[in-house]
Amino acid sequence: MRAVITVIGKDMVGILARMSAICAENHVNVMEVTQSVMQDLFAMIMLVDITKCTVPFSQLADELTDAGSKMNLTVHVMHEDIFNSMHRI
Amino acid sequence: MIDTHDILETINMIDNENLDVRTITMGISLLDCIDSDIGRACDKIYDKICRCAGNLVKTGEDISKEYGIPIIHKRVSVTPISMVAAACPKGDPVRFALTLDRAAKTIGVNFVGGYSALVHKGFSPGDRAVIDSIPRALSQTEYVCSSVNVGTTKAGINMDAVEKMGQIVLETAQATADNNCVGAAKLVVFCNAPEDNPFMAGAFHGTGEPDCEINVGVSGPGVVRAALAKAGDCDMAEVANVIKKTAFKVTRMGQLVAQEASRRLGVPFGIVDLSLAPTPAVGDSVARILEEMGLESCGAHGTTAALALLNDAVKKGGVMASSHVGGLSGAFIPVTEDEGMIAAARRGSLSITKLEAMTSVCSVGLDMIIVPGDISPEIISAIIADEAAIGLVNSKTTAVRLIPAIGKKAGDELNFGGLLGGGPVMEVNRFSPSKFIRRGGRFPAPIQSLRN
Repeated sequence: MRAVITVIGKDMVGILARMSAICAENHVNVMEVTQSVMQDLFAMIMLVDITKCTVPFSQLADELTDAGSKMNLTVHVMHEDIFNSMHRI
Repeated sequence: MIDTHDILETINMIDNENLDVRTITMGISLLDCIDSDIGRACDKIYDKICRCAGNLVKTGEDISKEYGIPIIHKRVSVTPISMVAAACPKGDPVRFALTLDRAAKTIGVNFVGGYSALVHKGFSPGDRAVIDSIPRALSQTEYVCSSVNVGTTKAGINMDAVEKMGQIVLETAQATADNNCVGAAKLVVFCNAPEDNPFMAGAFHGTGEPDCEINVGVSGPGVVRAALAKAGDCDMAEVANVIKKTAFKVTRMGQLVAQEASRRLGVPFGIVDLSLAPTPAVGDSVARILEEMGLESCGAHGTTAALALLNDAVKKGGVMASSHVGGLSGAFIPVTEDEGMIAAARRGSLSITKLEAMTSVCSVGLDMIIVPGDISPEIISAIIADEAAIGLVNSKTTAVRLIPAIGKKAGDELNFGGLLGGGPVMEVNRFSPSKFIRRGGRFPAPIQSLRN
């Protein structure tokens, strides 16, 4: 089972480190990372494997979102199925 | 890897364009709760709703969190109460309404639909009892919604029911006059009512449905408007194309949520209702889509054509995205629940006559329209008759949800707050239809051939 973590906000040192540290603590494997710029904002997208995640999905989402908001970043953690179903026929 | 553009587009839709799943509605049959002892019937109903829908709210919240999609409402629809009430002719049907209200509070849903009667061909004693009790039921409960089906294309229109409902709508508004006449906002009069509609106030669980099922209503007017704004100057075919593509994405999201809810609750998936359901929030308006298509203000000449194109394209895009589509499916045009409609009504570009024309091509009917409190019941009945006739002849669902604003006149405002919104009192044609309405009897079913 895979999820997509999206981080949007102002670029700064340590975003990737902070997010991947939380993933590692919860046995979530980071599979891919890409960055892009949207409306002058930094946007990072991580594809992660949550099969072995040690906490419930909602708790992982809360941890990442809280960590993001402390750094003034908007974080979304969403199951990959949502993107597959919306954008693929 | 999933396409970056797709991911950012989805997040933008949710964060900035009000994309959401409007409602997960669990339909529950109450046929096995029928009992000649009304107390026992009420106990069975309470127990069954709590048993079937006990986890509905939590499941909806879990899915919302995992997929990152807001799911606004979790609701329950039940078998029309008139069928249950028929078994206990000596009992007061309001007890059923109070039971539904109590169950809604226990399980945490914000509406229960089904205080309903289907009387398109005639009344049974249970139907009469329930209809007579609607004003009391809606004034004594908070979460109960009521609907009455007065016509179908196959049966014609029950004009006695039309006459009756004019009085009931007015009495319901009077009974809740100290609370912004909100009772009337929870009462819908239908022609061709669908049995699997997840949207309130008109939801009920039809007799052709399974014991329990999950129906999902999507939304997304803001997303459609934004997509059209991005498309810029293009011809009608391209406008329709943009709407279809957007409706497809929105419906796929609804389908995913519906399947997931059905799996987790162990209840069969019924349908996805692919409606554009507006809210009073800025950026969540169907009227603004019509204006984005090129009208200065909703209600201008051209509005009916624009709405017809929108409604058709939403259906075409949505149908392919879901295995089962049903309910009302199309663009809703409530006035008080749509920021753009409220603005258009205030500036005088939107009238009830134009709204009536729009209902011949939209998904439902005259919805959430505030009318003067001194309106006569015959005029309300005549508005219902007009609307039912449009549904009857065009083989579509139409409905009337009028709110007579007791003590107010045209131009005054009424505010319900929340999703029901608020808006100006709209004037009606005051010439009398009384003699026509008092004729009563059955309006014959229309011919289905020689169509022109």
